[in-house]
Amino acid sequence: MSILVIAEHDNETLKPATLNAVGAAAQVGGDIHILVAGTGCKPAAEAAGQVAGVAKVLMADAPALDHQMAEVLAPLVVGLATGYSHVMAPATTNGKNLLPRVGALLDVQPISDISAVDSPDTFQRPIYAGNAIATVQSSDPIKVITVRATAFDAVEPTGSTAPIETVDAPEDPGLSRFVGQELSDSSRPELTSARVVVSGGRGMGSAEAFNILDGLADHLGAAIGASRAAVDAGYVPNDYQVGQTGKVVAPELYVAIGISGAIQHLAGMKDSKVIVAINKDEEAPIFQIADYGLVADLFKAVPELEAELKKAG
Amino acid sequence: MKVLVPVKRVIDYNVKVRVKTDGSGVDLTNVKMSMNPFDEIAVEEAIRLKEGGTASEVIVASIGVQQCQETIRTALAMGADRGIHVKSDEELQPLAVAKMLQAIVAQEGPSLVLLGKQAIDDDANQTGQMLAALLGWPQATFASKLAPADGALNVTREVDGGLQTVWVKLPAIVTVDLRLNEPRYASLPNIMKAKKKPIAASTPEDLGVSAAPRLKTLGVVEPPKRQGGVKVASVEELVDKLKNDARVI
Ligand SMILES: Cc1cc2nc3c(=O)[nH]c(=O)nc-3n(C[C@H](O)[C@H](O)[C@H](O)COP(=O)(O)OP(=O)(O)OC[C@H]3O[C@@H](n4cnc5c(N)ncnc54)[C@H](O)[C@@H]3O)c2cc1C
Ligand SMILES: Cc1cc2nc3c(=O)[nH]c(=O)nc-3n(C[C@H](O)[C@H](O)[C@H](O)COP(=O)(O)OP(=O)(O)OC[C@H]3O[C@@H](n4cnc5c(N)ncnc54)[C@H](O)[C@@H]3O)c2cc1C
Repeated sequence: MSILVIAEHDNETLKPATLNAVGAAAQVGGDIHILVAGTGCKPAAEAAGQVAGVAKVLMADAPALDHQMAEVLAPLVVGLATGYSHVMAPATTNGKNLLPRVGALLDVQPISDISAVDSPDTFQRPIYAGNAIATVQSSDPIKVITVRATAFDAVEPTGSTAPIETVDAPEDPGLSRFVGQELSDSSRPELTSARVVVSGGRGMGSAEAFNILDGLADHLGAAIGASRAAVDAGYVPNDYQVGQTGKVVAPELYVAIGISGAIQHLAGMKDSKVIVAINKDEEAPIFQIADYGLVADLFKAVPELEAELKKAG
Repeated sequence: MKVLVPVKRVIDYNVKVRVKTDGSGVDLTNVKMSMNPFDEIAVEEAIRLKEGGTASEVIVASIGVQQCQETIRTALAMGADRGIHVKSDEELQPLAVAKMLQAIVAQEGPSLVLLGKQAIDDDANQTGQMLAALLGWPQATFASKLAPADGALNVTREVDGGLQTVWVKLPAIVTVDLRLNEPRYASLPNIMKAKKKPIAASTPEDLGVSAAPRLKTLGVVEPPKRQGGVKVASVEELVDKLKNDARVI
């Protein structure tokens, strides 16, 4: 068996989810190769060559691969895929955008968002917002898989000295073009890999009020998340959304503040190790899954908590 | 231009799903079924494109059991012009759905196919991208804004780091995210009118596509239940527990 992992990167560095995808690949077993496709992506390719367990790096470096548009990247992956038993990518927005396109071109039914590897052809994946776990077996010759990063341990970023092989990039078919982006720049840890996440919901009341979570997050070294209701209301940008249709997180500590606990939200955070809920409604469903629940007005409790944490050091 | 919107009938998002005791799947008997919420957003966007003069006709298609016709009627009541129902009682997987949609595109010639980014039952998030691949069309997934631009579209996408805007040449595939629009409710007169709108019936065989699944479901189980914990009386107690019991701070 040999596995091609598609790296998630920004040309300079690998995104942490890549290491979890390699972790899943290691559970499948066999040679692990990693594809780094981009523009000026040599630094990322070099980083990929050091990732523990990686035997070879394939690097495609071309202007047409800028922003890794699926229309250009998918044919490249398809051209390489025939040499592999598995093609895997993290279930990030990039991975989800790319791999189904690869699957269809290979006439393969992809397997989305796996949470466990039972055998090289059998995998578990959450369905119905994580309310059921399906075990599925693929009969396709190449398994095309996206990996739920929070379900697999990351491999070490160093340990290998894998060779880098250059592969040709396909022509840009001219069907699509990157126009621009508006990235939320944040000095905080990345939401999906943070050790602590502090999330706010509709209970925060406004964008200004949402800022009271900053001090708490600073103190805990936490990433900030949100419910869909808070994003829809414009308190925070879309990439803060945790849940079935947002990001999936599983930190050591998840603090849900002014969030009721709808199943769609729980789908994105219920695998967190410790869950704290602060809500003024003692009947809020979030308390049914929280390890520690505090029934309180958040505008009183949050400053108190910040002060108490400072005291505790 | 014609716009095609595939709509899926799924378990209503408010229903608490139950896994069947024999582990064969999720119990769908007597549960409320609705249109996939993302597909309502796709239908709404198509209707707005028509109202804004960009689209000439909105066609909705649903693939699945007989009752999918109800889902089609819902879309027609919102304002879509006509429906296509491909009847199948099989477990449909996205590759097969995408192939059937490809056949429908060949018959209807739309310039734009608007799909949901994911269906909330199987959460696969695949069909649109696969359809784009089969047709050789560009794809703009997870759209939160759509702006027609002379034989093309500028689409703003919700991505992990924030927002990204891409230009895609028509014909194109767009999959819609939650914040694209707020779908309208159908008015009573429109619900009545929708009853007279046509729904064409076909089958996977008519479309020349095999619906046979490639993935075999070996079993479906409930995830391990999370134990509810304790209520703490004060912020001091909370910090104490986090520090000394849970040891996470
Ligand atoms: C197709 C679809 C997909 C969805 N995907 C997601 C998703 O990915 N993620 C997601 O989060 N949701 C998602 N949702 C939405 C979900 O169903 C809920 O509507 C949403 O999670 C509710 O957000 P909330 O808990 O912030 O708001 P609410 O349910 O309104 O809860 C607000 C809570 O704040 C509390 N509160 C108010 N004021 C205070 C105060 N001063 N102090 C303390 N507590 C206070 C209230 O008691 C209440 O419990 C989706 C829905 C659909 C239909
Ligand atoms: C355990 C299990 C049991 C299942 N049981 C059944 C069953 O009893 N009956 C059954 O029919 N399926 C069943 N399925 C199949 C499954 O529900 C999905 O239909 C299939 O896997 C497609 O995935 P998705 O809907 O998540 O696609 P996604 O790619 O997430 O869907 C994205 C978009 O594609 C479009 N789309 C998808 N499917 C259709 C469709 N059928 N018609 C029109 N547009 C569509 C919609 O616009 C939708 O928003 C089962 C799957 C599993 C895992």
